[in-house]
Amino acid sequence: MTAKWLAVVLLGLAALFGQAAAQEITIAAAADLSSALTELTSDYQKQTGIKVRLSFGSSGNLTQQIKNGAPFDLFFSADEDYPRQLIEAGLAEPDSLYRYAMGRLILWVPTSSALDLEHQGMNALLDSSMKKLAIANPQHAPYGRAAVAALRHFQLYGKVADRLVLGENVSQAAQFVESGNAQAGLIALSHALAPTMKDKGRYWGVPTDAYPELDQGAVVLSRSQHKKEAAAFLAYLKTSTARATLRRYGFALPQENH
Amino acid sequence: MDWQAFWLTIRLAVLVAAVLVAIGVPIAYWITYSRWRWKFLAEAVVALPIVIPPTVLGFYVLVALGPRSPLGRWWESLTGHTLAFTFEGLVIGSILYSLPFAVQPFAASFSSVDTKLIAASATLGASRVRTFFRVILPLSISGLVTGVALSFAHTMGEFGVVLMVGGNIPGVTRTVSIDIYDQVQVSNYAAANQTALVLVLIAFLVLSVVYALNRRIWATWPWK
Repeated sequence: MTAKWLAVVLLGLAALFGQAAAQEITIAAAADLSSALTELTSDYQKQTGIKVRLSFGSSGNLTQQIKNGAPFDLFFSADEDYPRQLIEAGLAEPDSLYRYAMGRLILWVPTSSALDLEHQGMNALLDSSMKKLAIANPQHAPYGRAAVAALRHFQLYGKVADRLVLGENVSQAAQFVESGNAQAGLIALSHALAPTMKDKGRYWGVPTDAYPELDQGAVVLSRSQHKKEAAAFLAYLKTSTARATLRRYGFALPQENH
Repeated sequence: MDWQAFWLTIRLAVLVAAVLVAIGVPIAYWITYSRWRWKFLAEAVVALPIVIPPTVLGFYVLVALGPRSPLGRWWESLTGHTLAFTFEGLVIGSILYSLPFAVQPFAASFSSVDTKLIAASATLGASRVRTFFRVILPLSISGLVTGVALSFAHTMGEFGVVLMVGGNIPGVTRTVSIDIYDQVQVSNYAAANQTALVLVLIAFLVLSVVYALNRRIWATWPWK
């Protein structure tokens, strides 16, 4: 009797901790991809049967994790500097670097906001109702750096510096303003177009000459045990269906601009 | 080392420990001496922060106490701002987060006071309040110090709640643990190391005090 129960427990444990034998890749991705990549990978899984696991964070945070041995196969950054850093450190495959999209920075306010984005653009931030402006942490999030650059471009940085609240990544910055705790946010266009935020606010697209381009690069990581599958996923991103999905989430695609 | 973040964290921890003495002692007293049948439910609520993740607490502060909730709007009309991104927000979050670390040692030491002494005090005509301050409290000194030290140290090391509701504002909500996190994110290991070492030393010091007291170096009130 005891032996039988022991067998049941062991089988249960095996099910809990057993490695899925099927093909599987793990992707570390910048937070602005949270909706787009989730949709893309679920489509990909349906097509190919390859399971894709996603980890989101700020590009700097993920780079740090990769440098310290995180077991990812692919890295989707919100810029090209972090992938290059990894290539230089011998942690990513130089030939695999692919600019999959260009991110767009927007100024987002909740529907109830009185800020006049349509006419005033960034200058709406000087309104007296503006108490907190959410941006991603510029120390380790490319969107945070873009936000600071845009504020400097419009000569607003000094005027709003004491109202900035920093999200750990751009998704948290989006959450700060979506929840109403901040009155406005400089976040990714992909957030504004995601189903969770689509109907909750208005936005003003920050002109692309106001911040350095957010060329978003992806690389296959050198420690990966699934380089072939990772490369296959990158190839999938170049297909027209995948590109259409990225475009739907507000990303500009490389060949369109060059 | 970011001294601004350091002193901010010390201020936060001292304030939280002080508030927890003020509200923790009555709660612990009630938990110890109440004969209410459903008391165990209150005990469970007090212990909740030990087991719920800091992210849940942070989520509640952001959303349940945010500007979209009645409670949050009430707070906003009172103070002119929401709880998120403010020092007060961190104080309130930390009080909830560290509540059991104060109340449980307090209650444990109150319940270890010999009930005969309490009865004797009452027989001699002392009021409940007088009995509490002259008999129970002096005999509970080690539990009190343990509770204060643990809630101080627990607040110093708080990370999840601050990351979720703080907004990383220098001098307002950027605590030492957030500073360490940021330093690690930008590969500034030397600075992270330095700050981490200070935190480890403080934690060690505080816990040493707690364990020294539990060996009853001072059996009772050290001063009259």
